[in-house]
Amino acid sequence: MRLLLGTLFALLVAATVGLGATYFALTRGAAFGAMRIGSWTAWPKTGTADADPYARASIARTGILTIALGDGVSFTARTDDDGKPLDGRCDVVLSGITPAARFWTLTLYNENGELVANSVNRHGFTSQEIVRRSDGSFEIAVGPRASPGNWLPTGGVERYALVLRLYDTPVGVATKAGREVPMPKISTGSCP
Amino acid sequence: MIRWALLLLGGVLLGGIVHFATVIVMPRTATQDAYARLTPITPVNTVTPLPEPAPDKAIMPFMDPAFASAVCRYDLSEGPLKLTVPVGPAYTSVSFYTRYDVAYYAINDRAAGRRVIDLDLMTPEQHSQMPEEEDVTAADRLIVESPTPTGLIAIRTLAAEPGLMDKAKNAIAGAKCEKTTLAAAAAR
Repeated sequence: MRLLLGTLFALLVAATVGLGATYFALTRGAAFGAMRIGSWTAWPKTGTADADPYARASIARTGILTIALGDGVSFTARTDDDGKPLDGRCDVVLSGITPAARFWTLTLYNENGELVANSVNRHGFTSQEIVRRSDGSFEIAVGPRASPGNWLPTGGVERYALVLRLYDTPVGVATKAGREVPMPKISTGSCP
Repeated sequence: MIRWALLLLGGVLLGGIVHFATVIVMPRTATQDAYARLTPITPVNTVTPLPEPAPDKAIMPFMDPAFASAVCRYDLSEGPLKLTVPVGPAYTSVSFYTRYDVAYYAINDRAAGRRVIDLDLMTPEQHSQMPEEEDVTAADRLIVESPTPTGLIAIRTLAAEPGLMDKAKNAIAGAKCEKTTLAAAAAR
C-alpha cells in the first residue's frame, strides 16, 4: 500500500513538474539565442534550420510561420522601456531610428497575434510610409485617440504587442546587441 | 520523511524527462501548426494566394499585413519541383519551411539578382541522382534541398504603402510551382 501510494505520489509530481515546465516554456517564449535590445526581443536562430527544440515546439503550438533568417528578423515588444506592459488605453510613443535594413514594417497585434480592429483600418507602418524628421529619426504615437503625424491606433485593447520586422538586413545570429542595432525607444505617456 | 523526500526528488527528475519528451514530441503531434492550418486551403504543388490578414480572421497569427503572400504546399515524393516567382514592386522573398514549419532557406529578390526568382527544389536523394552536365556551371542554377519530402514555400511581396497592394498581389499571381524531372532540372 505504501509502495503504491509512494509511486502514485512520484508520478503525480513528475506529471505536474514536466507538463507545467513545458507549458511555461512555450507560453513565455523560452527558445535559446534571444537578442534583447531595450524592450525588443528577437530570436534570429528560430528562423533557421538550427532552431532549438523549444523554438520548434513553440512554432508548432502557435501555428506561425517564422521569418526565415535569409528574409529578415522580427523584433517583438510587449512592454515599454520601463518594463510596463503595453496598454492600448495609454498614449505610448515610439521614437528613434531602426537598424539598417532595406525595408521594415511595424505592426500592432493583440496578445494572440491577431490584428486589432480600429476606425481607420491601420494596423502598422512600413518604412516608406513613415513621416521622418530631417535627421532621419521618427516618432510614432501609439494610442486609442487620433493624433497628428504617425498615429498607430490601438483600438483601446488592454494588452498589445508591437512587432518590428527588418527585411533584407545585416542583423542576424552573429549580431551583438548594442550600438550597431539602434532600436526605437518605447515610452508610456498619460494613461486614463 | 526521508522516504517522501526521495519520492519527491524522483518525481522531479522524472518530471524533467516528461518535460523534454513533451517539448520534442510537440511538433509531431501539433494539430494547429501552420502546415495543418494551410492544408485545407492549399492544393498540393500549386501556388495559392493567401487572403490578407484581417482583425476578425487570419489563417495564421502574426502575419505581416503589409505583404501579399502565397503558399505552395509541396510534396517531392514524385519528383522535384520548379519554382518561378516574378519580383514585385518593392521587395519579394521566398522562404522554405519543412513539414514541421522550420524555415530552412530563404532568398530575396536582390540575392536572386534577377527580375524572376527561379529555382529547383528537391530532396537530397534526388539531388544526388541528378545527371551531371559538364558545360553547366553550378552557379547558373539554384537548387534547394528540402530536409523533408513535404513542406511549405511561402512567397511574399511587400506593398510599401496600402495603395500598392494590388500591384503586389498581381506580381504574386504570376508565381508558379510545378513538378519537373531531374533531367529537366539538370538541363537548365
